[in-house]
Amino acid sequence: MPQTLYDKLWQDHVVHEEADGTALIYIDRHLVHEVTSPQAFEGLRLAGRKPWRASSIVATADHNTPTSDWDRGIPDPVSRLQVETLDANIREFGALVYLPFRDPGQGIVHVIGPESGATLPGMTVVCGDSHTSTHGAFGCLAQGIGTSEVEHVLATQCLLQKKSKNMLVRVDGVLGAGVTAKDLALAIIGRIGTAGGTGYAIEFAGSAVRSLSMEGRMTLCNMAIEAGARTGLVAVDEITLDYLRGRPLAPSGADWDRAVVAWQRLHSDQGASFDRVVELSASAIKPQVTWGTSPEMVVSVDGRVPDPAAEADPARREAIERALRYMDLKAAQPVSEIWVDKVFIGSCTNSRIEDLRAAAAVVRGRKVAPSIRLAMVVPGSGRVKQQAEREGLDAVFRDAGFAWREPGCSMCLAMNADRLEAGERCASTSNRNFEGRQGAGGRTHLVSPEMAAAAAIAGHFVDVREWLGQEK
Amino acid sequence: MEKFVRLEGIVAPLDRSNVDTDAIIPKQFLKSIQRSGFGGNLFDEWRYEDVGEPGMDNSQRPVKPEFVLNQPPYQGATILLTRRNFGCGSSREHAPWALADFGFRALVAESFADIFYSNCFKNGILPLTLPAAQIDELFAAVEATPGYRLTIDLAAQRVRRADGEELPFAVDAFRKECLLNGWDDIGLTLRQADRIRAFEEKRRSEQPWLFA
Ligand code: SF4
Repeated sequence: MPQTLYDKLWQDHVVHEEADGTALIYIDRHLVHEVTSPQAFEGLRLAGRKPWRASSIVATADHNTPTSDWDRGIPDPVSRLQVETLDANIREFGALVYLPFRDPGQGIVHVIGPESGATLPGMTVVCGDSHTSTHGAFGCLAQGIGTSEVEHVLATQCLLQKKSKNMLVRVDGVLGAGVTAKDLALAIIGRIGTAGGTGYAIEFAGSAVRSLSMEGRMTLCNMAIEAGARTGLVAVDEITLDYLRGRPLAPSGADWDRAVVAWQRLHSDQGASFDRVVELSASAIKPQVTWGTSPEMVVSVDGRVPDPAAEADPARREAIERALRYMDLKAAQPVSEIWVDKVFIGSCTNSRIEDLRAAAAVVRGRKVAPSIRLAMVVPGSGRVKQQAEREGLDAVFRDAGFAWREPGCSMCLAMNADRLEAGERCASTSNRNFEGRQGAGGRTHLVSPEMAAAAAIAGHFVDVREWLGQEK
Repeated sequence: MEKFVRLEGIVAPLDRSNVDTDAIIPKQFLKSIQRSGFGGNLFDEWRYEDVGEPGMDNSQRPVKPEFVLNQPPYQGATILLTRRNFGCGSSREHAPWALADFGFRALVAESFADIFYSNCFKNGILPLTLPAAQIDELFAAVEATPGYRLTIDLAAQRVRRADGEELPFAVDAFRKECLLNGWDDIGLTLRQADRIRAFEEKRRSEQPWLFA
């Protein structure tokens, strides 16, 4: 019977299945960060257990780490303790790779996994972090788990779960200039809603997805969780192989050749059946901007914020009203008339080299608007930062008035000092516009790196497509 | 893990959809390396006037009287009634830890986000779903009767209303067994250690690059 990519990955990892369909799934790669692991390691210690296979672990500190003045360490003592706890746990229990605070390779866990080759096609990848879906861009089964599950994987190298349903999101056609994987992700969420993918593994396919770079595919799979799906997937192809070849932890020599043969089957078979199919036309997608407090509250940049009076369903109307109140927006206000206070280019959604290049191309030769209080670029990892500096992108950003920072999660969730103050409005390349996400009372608009860069220059949202070809 | 067999308790209504885990427990409290002590900061931004930070004495902070958990009829509530897609967003298990620490043992909603849903079962919390129409009725009943109570019988998979009406709900057999017995699933899985080892050895010989 023809199988989906998800069916194959699932089947390849079932160790045992209970009568009710609950299965024991073998885990190949375990990514670990400081926020969701301390209680898991503590649980292991209390039970007198050891990691089943410490060499499956790749760990880093990213959520709490500061993005400036690294020579001063981590000033917040509570954050520091959490990072030091990870240091101590890795020292005690071991890992294949550990990239601690201030290591030149340190970065956001979902950026360093792929760039080091720790994420490979055909693997199961877990992390105590919902954006683990990112890694599915490599044709692997990647999912976010809770801390009890982190402990379970540490102790048993397995996860207990039931199989999800299959969803296919097919995007055919060509994305227009200035329209990115981020816009595609937001458009999909706008279509199916933040619970649309709940209970499904989403495979992204179609010619528009095939022509995305690995960076773009990662952005897309990253946001699968924002559509409710634990797992996002893209089939393996030449683009995948080109990205992986020569990565430090990727196989080489004869092993590479064998691996490539094994990876050839990591796609959905012709005629495989999906429980749900959603189709979008790439050419119809415009740059997207979220206006509300959920990623599904999104419109095109040339559109307007909704008018609750036009919403017939009372529950929806109330949700719109509440979001407009929180966001301090007027009903039916044009998106282009929304002014921002801060701009954040970073996060596991959009902090890879390609994102920084795209943002820099918009910024080059221009200046950040005087009304902007802070525009910052936070590279996803040390490697991304070094690469960007080799290309002179840091100078482009600095010359324009952006702050150029050290890698980490930063203002994506504001666990460190980078945050919005109450009432501040931000154009952000991150993934969540929830109330308070970037700081208590802060207001987040999710956009692509290009759109964030343009908002920094103009001071308000602009359609970046109008700037194309007008290099300064 | 604490067993969950039968629960009779006060229902607190949280009448909104898409409640995310950032709202359930804001990020500043994720810096803790403990599993407990999160209850005082459950729904922190909705519950208090000021911005909470770890280490504050919550009893001294100004509360928002309009927030449901601050209202007298819902003191001591053990059941949270809410709408669609509860627990979406971040995978932080601090969310169920905070709910449990506050005193909630059961959540009744139209739907839950996947990761949050499984996190609940690991912490002795029963998240159960009912059809939208029944959720609407329950909200109406709670509003009409402050201090409204429900009985949840996990073994029978029934929610019993005060008027005697019974609402059946579905739950996976395996998860139900674990909750009823308070089983630690790591212990259960380790009984399969031989199977895991055999699987691992086969995989290692066929795809050695996965074990580099
Ligand atoms: S960048 Fe943001 S979404 Fe990504 S792992 Fe860090 S905190 Fe989570």
